[in-house]
Amino acid sequence: MKKEEVPQDSDNLHEGTFKQIMYAVDNSGNYVQVQSAGWEPENIALDQAWEEVNERVKQARARVEAGEISPVAYYMEKNLMDLPLLASYVGKFQWQVKRHMKPGVFKGLSPKLLQRYADAFKVSLTDLLQIK
Amino acid sequence: MTNSFFQHKQTAHCESGVISNLLGHYGLQISEPMAFGIGAGIFFGHLPFVKVNGVPGTTYRIWPGAIFQRVCKRLGVRMESEKFSTPEKGMAALDKVIEAGIPVGLQSSVYYLPYFPASYRFHFNAHNLVVYGKQDGQYLVSDPVMDTVTTIDPESLTQARFAKGFPAPKGKMYYPVHVPPTASFEKPIKAGIEQACHFMLKVPIPMFGVKGIRFLSKRVRNYAENPGDRKATLYLGNIIRMQEEIGTGGAGFRFLYAAFLQEAAVMLNKDELSKLAGELTKTGDLWRNFAFAAGRVCKSRSADNVSYKELSDMLLECAASEEVFFKKLAQVKL
Repeated sequence: MKKEEVPQDSDNLHEGTFKQIMYAVDNSGNYVQVQSAGWEPENIALDQAWEEVNERVKQARARVEAGEISPVAYYMEKNLMDLPLLASYVGKFQWQVKRHMKPGVFKGLSPKLLQRYADAFKVSLTDLLQIK
Repeated sequence: MTNSFFQHKQTAHCESGVISNLLGHYGLQISEPMAFGIGAGIFFGHLPFVKVNGVPGTTYRIWPGAIFQRVCKRLGVRMESEKFSTPEKGMAALDKVIEAGIPVGLQSSVYYLPYFPASYRFHFNAHNLVVYGKQDGQYLVSDPVMDTVTTIDPESLTQARFAKGFPAPKGKMYYPVHVPPTASFEKPIKAGIEQACHFMLKVPIPMFGVKGIRFLSKRVRNYAENPGDRKATLYLGNIIRMQEEIGTGGAGFRFLYAAFLQEAAVMLNKDELSKLAGELTKTGDLWRNFAFAAGRVCKSRSADNVSYKELSDMLLECAASEEVFFKKLAQVKL
C-alpha cells in the first residue's frame, strides 16, 4: 500500500475524531506511519456487526413485551453479551442463567440475585424489572 | 493535553505499541515494527470451533501477550507482572506503583473504555494501555492506538481491568523492573524471524499458518451451503474486522511486518530482507483486495456461488504468496 493509498473513508462510526495508524510505503519505497480516517470494507463490517446487534436487541425487546422471555435475555443482547459471558459476570452456571430468562422463573428471583444482574448490566433495579 | 513525563507515541497495534512506549520511557528505543518482529507477532489462524457471538474466530497475529513475553526475553528486559483476586486490591496496587512514578501497562476490555468511539466498544479483553499517573481523581492514560494521551475515571478503569470473559484480564498490570540501557537487536531479530517462519510454515495443525489460510479458503468456498447467506455475511464481516480493525494497521499486520523487515535489513546490513519486505507489501495488498471484495458481498448481503468461489480463490492466492514469502525468509542466512 502506497502512502497516497491509505484509505480516508471516514463515517459516523468514527465520530470524526478517531484515526488509526497504518504503515504504508512512500515514494522511495520506505515504510512510514500514516493516519487513516477509516476504510470502507471495515466500515461495512462494523456497520453490519452493529445492525446485527440492534436487530437482536429489537427482537429480544419484542419478546419481553410479549411475555416470552425475561428482561435478562433483553439486557444480555443490549450489553453485547453471550450466555457464557453473562454467566461469568453474575457467577452462575449457564443453565441457571438460561432458566432466569424464563419470565416465570425471573419473577421469583431473590433481590440479591436481581441486584447482581442489574450490576452486570449497569442498570438500576427498576430498569431491570421494567425495561425502558 | 501536554505531557512531559511519559512520551506517548501513537502506534498501529496496542501490544507492540505499549512495548515500544514503555521501553522507550526507560531509554531503550525500539520502534513498533521492531517490537512486532522480534516478538514474532505475525501469524494466521482460523478457528471455526472457537466462536464469539456465534461467529468463528480468525486471527492475523500470535496470541495476546506472546509478543511482549518474547521481546522481553530476547532483549533481557525483566518485567514485574501481577494479577489480582479483587478489584480493590488491583486498584490499590496500581495506585501504589504510579505514585512511585512508574508507568504501568494494563490489560483491559475495550468495552469499558469511554474514550473509544462507541462503535468500537465490543467485549474484547486483550487490549493494552499504559497508565502513567493520577490527577484530580482521574487516571492519566497513554493508549497506544489513540492520537494523544487521555484520561479515564476510576470506575471505568476498574470495570475494564476486571472484565469477565475470555481472556479475563483479572486486573493484570505489568512494568519493567530492569531495562538494559542498550541492547543489540541482531540476535533477537534472527530469533524472531526464525520463530515467525516456524509458526507460519511448520505448525502441524491445519488451522494455523499458511495452511490455515487454505483451510479458511476451503470453508469460504462452501459458505452458500454452510452456514448459508445470512450468516455467511456475518462470518465474512468478522474476517474483515479482524484484518482491518484497530491494531492491524490494514492488511492484517502484513505491512507492519514488512516495515520490520525493512528496519532489520538496515540493522543487519542484509539487502535481501529489504527485497522481501517489498514482496510482503504485495501480499498485504492481496489481503486488502480480498477485504474489499468481501466487503462488497457483505454490503449486498448475499453472493451467488461465484462470488464465494472468487473470495475463496483470492484467499488461495494470499496463501500461495505467503508460502513463497516465508520459505524465502526462512532461507535467508542471518
